[in-house]
Amino acid sequence: MPGEAQQEARLSISGDHAFDCAGSWTMHRIAALEQDLAVRSWPKATTLACDASRITAMDTGGAVLLQRVLSDLRKQGRQVELRGLKPEFTELLKMVATHSAKALPIAGAGRPSWLELVGLATWNRVTQGRSALAFLGESALALFRSFAAPLSIRWSALFRSLEVDGLQAIPIVGLLSFLVGVVIAYQGAEQLRKFGTNIFVVDLVGISLLREISPLVTAILVAGRSGSSYAAQIGTMKVTEELDALRTLGLGPMDVLVLPKVLALSIALPLLTVFADVVGVFGGMLIASAQLSVTFVEFIARFEEAVALKHLLIGIGKAPVFASIIVLVGCYQGFQIRGGVDDVGRHTTISVVQAIFLVIMFDAFFSVVLSWWRV
Amino acid sequence: MGYSAMPSEPPLIEVSHVCTRFGNAVVHEDVSLEVRRGEVFAIAGGNGSGKSTLLREIILLLTPTSGTIKVFGRDVGRMTRAEVLGLRRRCGVMFQHGALFSSLTVAENVAAPLIEHTRLSKALIREIVEIKVALAGFPAESVAKYPNELSGGMRRRAALARAIALDPELLFLDEPTAGLDPMSASGFDELVKGLRHLLGLTIVMVTHDLDSLWQIADRVAVLGDGTVLGLGTMDELSRSDDPMLREYFHGPRGRAAREQATRRDM
Repeated sequence: MPGEAQQEARLSISGDHAFDCAGSWTMHRIAALEQDLAVRSWPKATTLACDASRITAMDTGGAVLLQRVLSDLRKQGRQVELRGLKPEFTELLKMVATHSAKALPIAGAGRPSWLELVGLATWNRVTQGRSALAFLGESALALFRSFAAPLSIRWSALFRSLEVDGLQAIPIVGLLSFLVGVVIAYQGAEQLRKFGTNIFVVDLVGISLLREISPLVTAILVAGRSGSSYAAQIGTMKVTEELDALRTLGLGPMDVLVLPKVLALSIALPLLTVFADVVGVFGGMLIASAQLSVTFVEFIARFEEAVALKHLLIGIGKAPVFASIIVLVGCYQGFQIRGGVDDVGRHTTISVVQAIFLVIMFDAFFSVVLSWWRV
Repeated sequence: MGYSAMPSEPPLIEVSHVCTRFGNAVVHEDVSLEVRRGEVFAIAGGNGSGKSTLLREIILLLTPTSGTIKVFGRDVGRMTRAEVLGLRRRCGVMFQHGALFSSLTVAENVAAPLIEHTRLSKALIREIVEIKVALAGFPAESVAKYPNELSGGMRRRAALARAIALDPELLFLDEPTAGLDPMSASGFDELVKGLRHLLGLTIVMVTHDLDSLWQIADRVAVLGDGTVLGLGTMDELSRSDDPMLREYFHGPRGRAAREQATRRDM
């Protein structure tokens, strides 16, 4: 059946009692005819003869259309006699007729009412909250268990995670922190010069970076970099039943997958934060000397008296909390994935958004609590 | 089981001297075979003999290292984009694990090729979908389900429905009965037989299900050692003296499948 040489399907009314069908009644050739048939006016006669001998090709689509023509006419109480259809097409038509007679119409799920939607959304939130809480409890239990028996910790997975999520993040964290330090110093320089208080650039850069910006920027970067990969990894393992395989081998996914990551990132993120502090301050220092003629020696001397140790410690102290948030959110979203491939994509996105959201929330929370204590 | 084509008609698929290498691993050294119009052609062979690779080369998902493959008389290596598209429309492929789009329901999966490749109205497409779903033996009440809600056998049927959605002339089945229970597997064989007859299909299937080979294959090519070890009807192949073929067909499973097949014929 060479596809190009085929003719469009045709149906022409010939006289008061007859019509003929011709051409190739295949899916690619009946689209025009189908539209045409919707507005076709038929002869009034109660008996019609259909000459189908010039139909050269027919597939299921064509058979469905012909069957529709015939059954529409018969529903109007007319007799239609089909003549000349080739035997192989007759069989196809018969098959279509029996199926369309018994086929259940595909039930289109109706659009739910707004009340139903609200209820559904609420219920989803509630069950999600409950399962998140259960996950948190389960991971806390796993953590306590591992403290009781440190040998049970998967050290190789932990070190692997340290390498991938910590060591390999150093270049990007360094570059971004450097740029952030540069930007802060640069933006501050303008204002400080107006008042002739150039040396305060050290306070500006030092305190803001060490206490707030470095931990936050590092955590956000790691959330985007590692949190998403946790979700995707665990989700894919779930889809491919690897999680079930782990369970049947007597290995808890919590112990094998989640715990090493929590521990590793709780170690890696503070270290990354310190690294970000150093590089960021260095960036500020470069701008200070270039724009504000504060030499490196002056900068470092001022740094020692202006930036108290507590700022560094507060910044680093937040990092393990951020790390736990990132890992737990990423892994939780991974476990939430059910079946589908686009579920993996969706939950990966959610994991990043939620992790960043929670990190910033907790950062704000820390600020408020620390200001109560006046530190 | 004769569905022999007229001798004058050129073969639908012509694979000649195909050689495939992945790095240092040689999958096919020299594979040549022909598929005639209207037959059920099976590609058999042990694990790793390159059955699926050959199938993927015929359906243009892989390019062989050397050699030519002609489908509908045209060399697939020299086709333009438009020709490739035209060829794809005339072929239906059922993948081993279904490869249904997981974000679409079964009905939407089957409708997808119709929506993409034809200009038919929604109502007509829906009617065609209903028929294809029924032909594939998929329960009509489950068409609104998503693939991950289906069992393996149901997924297979849904995949078959999608593969035959456009009434292809050539249907490729990759391990259609692997992992199905014996009842479902023989049901699937019957289904394929019926469809071949009804829609005038030519079927190329990769399988190592000996029951399937006996039940529905008109001709079988057994791959191994990078070449075609044997090609012919099951009767011919099972009488062959080639030691590797004998091992393949006369193992305990081979004998049982043959006995069952001959008993059915009586």
